[in-house]
Amino acid sequence: MSEEQNTRKNKCKRVALVLALLVLSALLTYAVDLLLRPKYMGEVTEGALTAEYYQAKGRHQVLFVGDCEVYENFSTVQLWREFGINSFIRGGAQQLVWQSYYLLEDALRYETPDVVVFNVLSLMYNEPQNEAYNRMALDGMRWNSSKWNAIKASMCEDENMIDYIFPILRYHSRWNELTSEDFKYWFTKDTVSFNGYYLRTEIMPAGEMPPARPLADPKFGDYAMAYLDLMTELCQEKGIKLVLIKSPSLYPHWYEEWDEQMVEYAKAHDLLYINMLNIAESEIGIDYNVDTYDAGLHMNVTGAEKCASFLGKILVEKYGITSARGDKKLEAYWAEVEKRYDEAKNA
Amino acid sequence: MLFTSYQFIGFVILLVALYYVLPKKAKWPLLLLGSYVFYFFAGWKFLFYIAGVTVITYVAALLISRNKNRADARFAELKALEKSGEGAPEECGKEARKRYKESQKKKRRRIMGVGITIALLILAVVKYTNFTIHNINGLLSAFGSSQRIGFLTIALPMGISFYTFQAVSYVIDVYRERHEAQKNFFKYALFVGFFPQLVQGPISRYGDLAKELFTPHPFNGRVLERGLERVIWGYFKKVVIADRILTAVNTMIDTPENYKGVYVFLVMMFYALELYADFTGGIDITIGIAEMLGIPMKENFERPFFSKNIAEYWRRWHITMGTWFTDYIFYPISVSGPMLKLGKWSRKHLGEKVGKRIPVYLASFIVWFTTGIWHGASWNFIVWGLGNFVVIMISQELEPLYRRFHKRFHTDGSTTYKTFQVGRTVLLMSALRLFDCYRDVPLTFKMFGTMFTTWNWKSFGNGTLLELGLVRSDYVILGLGTILLIVVSMIGRSGSVRDKMEKKIPFAGRWAIFYVLTLVIIVFGAYGLGYDAAQFIYNQF
Amino acid sequence: MDELIAILQEIHPDVDYETATNLVDGKILDSFDIISLVGEIADKFDVVISAEHMIPENFNSAQALWNLILTLEDDD
Repeated sequence: MSEEQNTRKNKCKRVALVLALLVLSALLTYAVDLLLRPKYMGEVTEGALTAEYYQAKGRHQVLFVGDCEVYENFSTVQLWREFGINSFIRGGAQQLVWQSYYLLEDALRYETPDVVVFNVLSLMYNEPQNEAYNRMALDGMRWNSSKWNAIKASMCEDENMIDYIFPILRYHSRWNELTSEDFKYWFTKDTVSFNGYYLRTEIMPAGEMPPARPLADPKFGDYAMAYLDLMTELCQEKGIKLVLIKSPSLYPHWYEEWDEQMVEYAKAHDLLYINMLNIAESEIGIDYNVDTYDAGLHMNVTGAEKCASFLGKILVEKYGITSARGDKKLEAYWAEVEKRYDEAKNA
Repeated sequence: MLFTSYQFIGFVILLVALYYVLPKKAKWPLLLLGSYVFYFFAGWKFLFYIAGVTVITYVAALLISRNKNRADARFAELKALEKSGEGAPEECGKEARKRYKESQKKKRRRIMGVGITIALLILAVVKYTNFTIHNINGLLSAFGSSQRIGFLTIALPMGISFYTFQAVSYVIDVYRERHEAQKNFFKYALFVGFFPQLVQGPISRYGDLAKELFTPHPFNGRVLERGLERVIWGYFKKVVIADRILTAVNTMIDTPENYKGVYVFLVMMFYALELYADFTGGIDITIGIAEMLGIPMKENFERPFFSKNIAEYWRRWHITMGTWFTDYIFYPISVSGPMLKLGKWSRKHLGEKVGKRIPVYLASFIVWFTTGIWHGASWNFIVWGLGNFVVIMISQELEPLYRRFHKRFHTDGSTTYKTFQVGRTVLLMSALRLFDCYRDVPLTFKMFGTMFTTWNWKSFGNGTLLELGLVRSDYVILGLGTILLIVVSMIGRSGSVRDKMEKKIPFAGRWAIFYVLTLVIIVFGAYGLGYDAAQFIYNQF
Repeated sequence: MDELIAILQEIHPDVDYETATNLVDGKILDSFDIISLVGEIADKFDVVISAEHMIPENFNSAQALWNLILTLEDDD
């Protein structure tokens, strides 16, 4: 072998070694990264919701997007049991309009539902709010341009895109807070929601709500409304019916002025807008003494089932959504979900 | 762009990659461009200052250099004319030529004087105007006047103390004929503005740095590895140690009334560790980045805390600053005509022993005063500088006493005595650094005094340490980190640690070590949300 | 040269200036010594050693210092 060949061979060996070490280091770093990320399993399970979408089975006829007023107030299991509707809630704690939009955009990469239900409360926020909620809503998303744009739209002042790309840079300081939970769910996680529904069984009657403070500016912000427009357009483009709802939570206060704007918006864009708050007791049958777990802010499971029944009926009657039963795979999947649901409900 | 910001890390990766990809001709211009981009991020207005200082010193050096060349030519011409008998009578003879030479040198001296005065004036105005006003106002009120002068709103341009000193040393060195003036303005601009050293030094000399700065370095894996290793080590010191302990230091000095006695001792030791880790870490990053580009830089530290006395400490801590003050302030003052005369006079009148000290002490006094005020426009720094002067003077004066002590007890060179010396250096330097910490000079003295009057040693046992903003695990990290610092320092006594690793540990092993160190920085570093982005301490100077 | 050695010996009698070549780098002469040395030389040899000559190379050995004095004296 000539000397030149020799040095070339050595060079190749060197490069191969560097590459191998790089891959190994990256893998190890990724493992540490996974360990340090919050698991959202025992506590604050809301943080696990976004990622669970990718595990659900079958085409969803109905997709919910929005904040806690969707993922706590509508029982997907009830929709399945009563109407055979396969639905999923892409909701998160204080999920802002742009996050809902991008989560919808993300979901539409995988499927095209018949109806999208959006809860309008989050229109009250016109700018990024809170880093922790951003992380809960966005960390679970799969990487694509929707995630990138969602992060860009959501970042608070002191946030950095790179913290999302490499979550270890954000969560590294958890090294002294690690618990056995972090090790238990290091590589695999349990499913905590029921197709995005977050089940609570406690009962705490609704009491007196703090008086509504007068609005400085009754109009929804431009930034928020722009994303509602985008959502409307996206649904139109894909032939999806968009339904706007105001869920029957008593707080934060839902102002007359806001309601009027929604009524107008729905009219202008030929959408259905349902203010469930006004008809909560009369038509939906909510009893605020037993159907809420935190004094009227969110529904417990009985309240969520009532809301689901109410909405399901409309979906079937107005949009002709038919039962998805008969698909063996889907039925098996739901049987599993129902089993978990009943266990949790009766626990 | 802080060294610890993601932008900076991205910036450096991009710059290093581009440096090796670009053709030879484009390499140094890339560094210049990169440096100005870096400086632009600090604030575009600051660009005027660095550009201004660069232009002024560039022109001054060029004029000096031109005069020198012209004078040399004329000198040779005069000599030749005299030889051939054609010279004008008043220009003939050795004396006449010497006069000519001296007159030309005087001219150059004037140019140098104007150049460095303008450069230093810019520094003085932005750095000391408000301090001066503050003191004048103090005097006004002391004399019962109700008049006050308003403060100026000038932001201190990043790194101005450092690049001004580099530029000044360059002009003086051209005058001293250490090297030629750089004719290419942009090359000179790169020397003044080379980005890694803008933040906190080292203060490079043109003669040491310039050549390597302009040489196009081809890619070399080994060079890159070594530079990177140093950068990683620097980040470890800065992010894991300095930025973590900072929390505790700040807690204690923000409300000094709550942290007296033993806490002052704690501030002393913690701040010493913080400053050491912060400053040497920053310099490691600086030198490491330059190394990655194939550019060797002068060392700024040589395990300073292992020094036997303060004078030695100052030869091993912030070395480039120390030599700058020695070369451009101490020597010019101490060998100046008036000073030599003063020396002569004092030796005659006060005796050989005392007399010979007077000029040196006077020059030292001036050096330490300027060193103090260079660090910051406040009495804290001035008193700190003079404190160093006093300690060095006292130890100089005690020298004979020490010698007698050693003779009698045979202690010189023993390990115990060496340990004592190192401990003394650490304590003295840390005590003096208290001036960095507390609001003003009287408070510093007061707090120092409480160490001897407030006996609250129990605080160590009752968990108050955990109320300084650090939890138990933080102290564990700090302890382990400090042990690592000391161990690496010890290994470094007999030569470069990286040299040793290169000889003894195969590539994959070195990779593993530095990978783990990187992971340690990422995981245990005090950065990101929840941690304050701590600026490098020396950044403000 | 002898005169210079005499001056040096006054400062540190115990050094062999004929052979020593690291007076500064070896920390035998400190800044006190160097400054008084400059003063003495100015007196005895009538040459001005200015700041620009204050580099270790000029003071590391008696010979180097002597050469410096010679160049300064015969400035042609």
